[in-house]
Amino acid sequence: MWEYTDLVKDHFLNPRNAGTMDDADGIGEVGSLACGDALKLYLKIDDNGIIQDAKFQTFGCASAIASSSALTELLKGKSVEEAQKLTNKDIADYLGGLPREKMHCSVMGQEALEQALKNYRGEAGTVAEHQHEGELICECFGLMDEEILRAIKENDLKTVEDVTNFTKAGGGCGKCIPDLENLLAQAHGEKAACSVPEASAPPAAGLTNMQRMHLIEQVIDEEIRPMLQKDGGNIELVDVDRTDVYVRLLGMCAGCPSSQATLTGLVEAQLREKVDPEISIKEG
Amino acid sequence: MQTIYMDNNATTKVDPEVLGEMMPYFTDLYGNPSSMHRFGGQIGAKMVEARKRVADLLGCEPDEIIFTACGTESDNTAIRSALSARPDKKHIVTSRVEHPAILSLCKHLEKREGYAVTYLSVDESGNVDLEEFRKSLRDDTAIVSVMWANNETGVIFPVEEMATICRERDIIFHTDAVQAVGKVAIDLRKTPIDMLSLSGHKLHAPKGIGALFVRKRLPYRPFLIGGHQERGRRAGTENTAGVIGLGKACELAGQHIEDENTRVKALRDRLENGLLDIIPHARLNGDRQNRLPNTTNISFGYIEGEAILLMLDQLGICASSGSACTSGSLEPSHVLRAMGVPYNFAHGSIRFSLSRYNTEEEVDFIIENLPKVIETLRKLSPFSAEGDDGSSCTTPRSTE
Ligand code: FES
Repeated sequence: MWEYTDLVKDHFLNPRNAGTMDDADGIGEVGSLACGDALKLYLKIDDNGIIQDAKFQTFGCASAIASSSALTELLKGKSVEEAQKLTNKDIADYLGGLPREKMHCSVMGQEALEQALKNYRGEAGTVAEHQHEGELICECFGLMDEEILRAIKENDLKTVEDVTNFTKAGGGCGKCIPDLENLLAQAHGEKAACSVPEASAPPAAGLTNMQRMHLIEQVIDEEIRPMLQKDGGNIELVDVDRTDVYVRLLGMCAGCPSSQATLTGLVEAQLREKVDPEISIKEG
Repeated sequence: MQTIYMDNNATTKVDPEVLGEMMPYFTDLYGNPSSMHRFGGQIGAKMVEARKRVADLLGCEPDEIIFTACGTESDNTAIRSALSARPDKKHIVTSRVEHPAILSLCKHLEKREGYAVTYLSVDESGNVDLEEFRKSLRDDTAIVSVMWANNETGVIFPVEEMATICRERDIIFHTDAVQAVGKVAIDLRKTPIDMLSLSGHKLHAPKGIGALFVRKRLPYRPFLIGGHQERGRRAGTENTAGVIGLGKACELAGQHIEDENTRVKALRDRLENGLLDIIPHARLNGDRQNRLPNTTNISFGYIEGEAILLMLDQLGICASSGSACTSGSLEPSHVLRAMGVPYNFAHGSIRFSLSRYNTEEEVDFIIENLPKVIETLRKLSPFSAEGDDGSSCTTPRSTE
C-alpha cells in the first residue's frame, strides 16, 4: 500500500468541492479513461478576477482525487493572476507530499487549471487539445515534447523514471523512452537532443554492401525486434538483396492478422528511415 | 473494526493446526537434520512424513518432491533445469498471463540468454486456445510452462491436455500450480505433467516454503548447488519447520477440497451475483464456469481500482486490484489487457479471493457496503456510462 500522508487520505475520503457547476466561467478537462485518470475542473470567477468557487470531478486513484480536492481549496479566493502561478508542487506541498510515483496526479491538476483559465479567457475550449506546436513524444499517454520539457524543468527531473512519475510518459509500451532521454539531456543543456544515436544515423549512402547489411541487422536487433517481442513476437532477417530485405516474422507475429501492417508500417518504415528510403520488405 | 480478508490468492492465514505442528521445530527440536547426532536426526522422520503428505495431495511419489523456498524458486528451477537438460533447444512456450515468476524469467532468457519465447494469447474469457498452442510448438522447443490456474481471474487452463500434446512431441511440460493446489483435484499419476510448482503460503502454510514436483527419470539439473540436501537436487539447510508446516497444510487441503468446491464456491457465487445484480456497469472478468472456486474478478466501470480498495480498507475489507495505480505501473493488469478488457473497465477491477475461513456474514457485509463505495466514487467521476467506451485518449494510443 502506498504511504499517503494523513492529509492525502483526508482529502480522498472527504473530498472538498466535489461536483459540477452549472454556471462556470472556466472549465478545464484533462486525461481520459484510457489514460487511467482524468480531471474536470470548474471555476467561478467574479468581475474582479477573483475565483469565488471551484469544483471538480475526478476519475482516478486516491491521490488523483486528493490532488483535485487540494487544488480547488488552493484556488478559492485567489485572483486569476495568482492562480496562474500555481504549480503541481504547490498541490503536492499542500497535501504534505505525494509518493513520487503519484506526482503525475498533481501535474494533472496544474494542467486542468491552465486549461480552465484559458477557457475563462476565451482562448480555448474546455478540453486540452494538443493544438500547440511540438512533437508528440509519448503516444500511449498523448504527451507532447513541450509538456514533458516543462515538467522536467519545473520539477528538476533527472531520470526517465522521474519523468514517468511526473507525466506518465514512458509508463506504457516504453517506445518513447529514448526520446525521453533526449529531452532530459536537452533540458539539462546537453547537445544530445538533436544528435541521434548511431544506430539511427542518416541513410546508408556510401556504405559498402557489408556495412549496409550490418546496419540493417543492427536496426532490426536494436529497434524492431524489441518492439515485436513486447507483443510476444519476433523477427528473423533472411536475406538482403540490394534494396530488397527478406524477413520472417516469428512467434505471435507469425500468423497474426495484422502481420502485413507490421511488415510495412513498422519494419519497412524503420528500415527506410534508418537505413535507406528505397528499402522494400519481402517475406522470406 | 472487524477484518474481512478476501485476498487469499495473495496469501493465506496459517492454519492453527499447521502452526501447532511446526512449533516444536522452532523451539525444542531445533537440530539440523543433516547432523550425525540423534538430536538432529530425529527431525528426519518428520520430514519424511511431510514429504509423503505433499505427495499424497498431488498424487505422486514422495521422492518426486523437492522442497524449495517459494513458488518463484520452483518456477525458476523448473525452467532452468529443462533448458540446461536440453542445451540444443532454444525455444520456450508460455502464456501472456503468467505470474511474473515465469514472465520476468522468460523475458530475461529472451533478452539476455538468446532464447526465443512464444507467449500464448488468451481470449476474452481468459482461456487459451489449444490449436494455437499446438501450432506454437517447434522442433527446438525445450519446455512449455503454463499456469494451472490464473491468479487474477482464477481461470483454469487445460494443462493436462497440453502436457499430453507435449509428451507426444517429447517436450518437457511444467505447470505453475501455485493457485490450483488445494482448490482443484490433482492426480499427477494420471497426467503426463513433468514438473509442477506449488507454494506453501497460498494454502495456509507459512511464507518461505514451496515445493517442486519433478517426475521420476526426468533429466534434472539443480538450481542451488552446494550440500547434498534433497538428494543433491536443492542444496541448503532445510527449512524444517516450513517443510513440516507445508506437509500438514497439504494434508488439510486434501481434507478441505470438497468444502472449497461446495461451500466456499457457493459463498463466492453469492458475493459475485450479489454485486453484479445490484451494481450497474459491473462485469465479471474470466470464464464463469472454468475457474477456481474461490476467485472472482469484477470490473466496475468508470472508476479506478485503487480508490475502491482504499475505501474498502476503511471498512476493514481486504481485496486486491489489477488497477495499475496499486502497483506503481501505469498500465492496468497484463492479464486483463491480454483478455482485451476495455480500459474503462480494466482500471476498475477488484479481485476477491476467498478461503475456508470466510463466512456468509462477511459476504453479506460486502454486498451491503460495496455498492455505496462504487456510488460515491462514481459521483466524483467526470465520466458517465453513457456513450463513453473508454477507448479514446486525448491522443489515441498507438498500442491499441
Ligand atoms: S509511447 Fe510512451 S509509453 Fe508508449
